[in-house]
Amino acid sequence: MKKLCLKVTAVEQLSPLVKRFRFEDPTGATLPVFSGGAHLTVEMPEGDTIRRNSYSLISDPYDGSAYEIAVRREDRGRGGSLYMHTKVSEGDDITVSLPSNLFQLDLRARKHVLIGGGIGITPFLSQLRQLDMEQKPYELHYAARSREEAAGIKLLPQAAHIHVHISEEGSRMDLGAILDGQPLGTHVYTCGPDGLITAVADQTARLGWPKAAVHSEAFTAPPPGEPFDVVVKSSGKTVHVKADQSLLEALEAAKVDIDYSCRGGACGRCHTKVTACDGRILHNDHWLSDDERAAQQDIMPCMSRFKGTRLELDL
Amino acid sequence: MTMQFNDETFRGDYTYHNSPEAIRRFPFPFDQDSYMYSVNIEQHPGGPKDTPFEKMFDVDEHYVAEMKDREITLAEDPLRCQSLPHMELAGWDLLELIMVSKARDYPDLFTLHRDGNDWHWINKPLGIEKKFTFLDATTLPCGPMEYITRQTQGDFALLHERDNNLWMDAGMITSQADWSLDFDVGMNFFEWHAPVPKARKMGVFDKALKFLLAVGQGQHYRRLNWTMTVNPRLDTSPENYHKWGPEKRTITPENVGQKQFLRVELQTFFRLPRSNALAFPIRCYLMNLEDIASNPKWGRRLHRVLRDIDPALAEYKGFAVNQKIIVDYLSQFDDGAPTSPGIFPDA
Ligand code: HEM
Ligand code: FES
Repeated sequence: MKKLCLKVTAVEQLSPLVKRFRFEDPTGATLPVFSGGAHLTVEMPEGDTIRRNSYSLISDPYDGSAYEIAVRREDRGRGGSLYMHTKVSEGDDITVSLPSNLFQLDLRARKHVLIGGGIGITPFLSQLRQLDMEQKPYELHYAARSREEAAGIKLLPQAAHIHVHISEEGSRMDLGAILDGQPLGTHVYTCGPDGLITAVADQTARLGWPKAAVHSEAFTAPPPGEPFDVVVKSSGKTVHVKADQSLLEALEAAKVDIDYSCRGGACGRCHTKVTACDGRILHNDHWLSDDERAAQQDIMPCMSRFKGTRLELDL
Repeated sequence: MTMQFNDETFRGDYTYHNSPEAIRRFPFPFDQDSYMYSVNIEQHPGGPKDTPFEKMFDVDEHYVAEMKDREITLAEDPLRCQSLPHMELAGWDLLELIMVSKARDYPDLFTLHRDGNDWHWINKPLGIEKKFTFLDATTLPCGPMEYITRQTQGDFALLHERDNNLWMDAGMITSQADWSLDFDVGMNFFEWHAPVPKARKMGVFDKALKFLLAVGQGQHYRRLNWTMTVNPRLDTSPENYHKWGPEKRTITPENVGQKQFLRVELQTFFRLPRSNALAFPIRCYLMNLEDIASNPKWGRRLHRVLRDIDPALAEYKGFAVNQKIIVDYLSQFDDGAPTSPGIFPDA
C-alpha cells in the first residue's frame, strides 16, 4: 500500500468535541487530487503496534496543497480519535494513505441532496466543492443537536441551498418536506447516525424513489468488544485480539500478512476465509451478503469479531 | 528522436512487421506450458528493463502506424468512440494520466508544460502541438478522452463505479478482439463478460470485480489476455466481421507461420483521481508464429498450450477452425525439452 509521509501544519478546535487537522507535504510537493466523498487512512503508532483509522477528507478535492480532516473525540471508542485529540499537534509527522473513495457522487444525477447528521457532515464538505466546480444543482441539509455541537457550521459556506437544522432551537430536520417534490433524477446521500440513514431509506422508499438513487456512507470505525483468540492456519499460531483492538490490527501486530484498504468493512480488501469456527462470528461489515454471514465461512477482519471457542483463519 | 517508427499497415496489404527488438520485447503471455482462465493480476508498471511492462504506457515502433489505423476506423464508424455525459471528468483524468506519464517516461518524444490549468502539450512523433485549458472541453477539438486516445496506442474503456459494480460508460475501441463498444456501452461487469465461457462458473469474474472495486489511487495493476488473429489486423470488430472473418479461411500449412498472429492484450487498471472512475487500457501486441518460434522457449511452449487448450476456449477465441494447421506447424519447434518458468526468453 502506497503511503504519504506528511506534516501536521494546523490543528484547530472547531467545537468542544471536534478538531480539524491540516496535513501538508514536508517538501511542499503537490498531493494527489481526489474526488468528493473520499477518505484517508491515518496511521497512529502506539507502542509496537500501529492503529489505523479512516477519516473523510473535508478539503477542496482539487487543491493539492494540503489534506484536511475533522475528527470527533469518541471517549468510548477504541482510542483512535483520542490519539488524534491528545497526541497529534502542529509540526508532527504523520503517515496517511492515498485518498480512496467509497462514497462518491453519482454524476448522472440531475440534482443532489446531501443530508449530514453530526460528524456525518464531513464527506459532504469535499462533495459540495466538487458539485460547485461541476456546476451541478444540489442542496445540503446539516442536522445537529445544538449549535455548540455543530462543528460543521464553521466549515460550511453560507448560501441559500445550505440548510442548518438545530434541534435544540426547534428547527428539526423534516425529511418528508426535504425529499417530497424533488425533481425526477435526484439522488440523495446520507451520512450520520444509523437512525438517520434508516429514516432517509424509509422516506425515499415511501416516496417511490429508485434504490439506485439513495446512497449512504457505509464505513464506520470498528467497534470495540470482548477479547478473543484466533488461529492462523498456515503457521498454527494463536493471535490474541484485545478488547480495544480490531482483528485486523491484532493480525498486523502479529506480523501476519493481510491486505486492507478502507478498514471500515466496505471495500472487501481484507476478506478472509474461515477454515474452522466453533462459536459465532460477530459480523460488523457492510461487505458480506446475508447468506455469507450465516454460513460463517467468511470474515472481514477489519470490522468483525468472534465469540466462541475456536476460530481458524485461512491465512 | 531515438525511436524509429515503422511505415506499415494493419489492413489491405498488411505490411505490419516486427523488428528484432520488437520480437525480443514481445509480451509473451504464457508463464507455463498450459493455459486456463485465472485472476492473473499483478502490479504495474514494473518489470525488466526494455519490456512493455516497464512504463505506464508503452510506446513502441508501431505507434504512428497504429494511430493512422485508428483514424481510418473512426472515420468509417464514429461510434467506436463514445462517452456518456457523466464521463467527461473521467476523460480529463485519463488525459492527465497519459500526458503526465508519457512526458515523464519519454521526454524526447512528448513534452507537457503546465501552468495551473493552462497546458501546453507537444507530441513529436505525431507532429502535434496544442495549448489548451485543462477541464475546459471547449479548448480541445473533441472530448478529452477522444483527444488523448487518438494519440495513445491501445483501446480504452472508462468504467463508472456504482452499486458495487463497474459500468462501461465510455470508451475508445478500435482494436478489439471481436466485441463491440456500441453494444456493451452502459453494461455492467457481468453483462459485458457474459459471452466468455467457463470463467463465471469458476468464480473468476466475482473475484476480479471485487479486486477492481478495491483498486485505489496510486495502485496500478495489469493482466495479460490473448487470442489468435489471422493477418496483422487491429480492427477485428463484430461490426467488420465480414471483412476479417473470411480471412480465417485463407490459412494453409504453407502460409500459417506468416499469416497467423498471436494477439496479446496488455490490460492495465488505474483508479482516476477526480472522477473515481476506473481506466482500463487494453494494449494490443501482434506477432506471427514464425517470429514467436524464433525464440526456442516460446515456440515449444506455444505448441503445448495450443495443442492442449480447452476446446471451449479455442472456439470462443475463434481459432478452432485452424487449430490443427497451427499445432502441426508449431510441432516442428517442440523437441519435448522442458521449459523454464515465467514468460521471459531464456538468456
Ligand atoms: C473493468 C475492466 C474490464 C473490462 C472493460 C473488460 C472487458 C472485456 C470484454 C469486452 C471482453 C470480451 C467479451 C465478449 O466476448 O464480448 C472480455 C473478455 C474477458 N475478460 Fe474482461 N474486462 C475487464 C476486466 C477483466 C478482469 C479483471 C479479468 C480477470 C480475470 C477479465 C477476464 C476476462 C476473460 C477471461 C475474458 C475472455 C477473454 C478471452 O478468452 O479472449 N476481465 N473482457
Ligand atoms: S479493509 Fe475494507 S473491508 Fe476490510
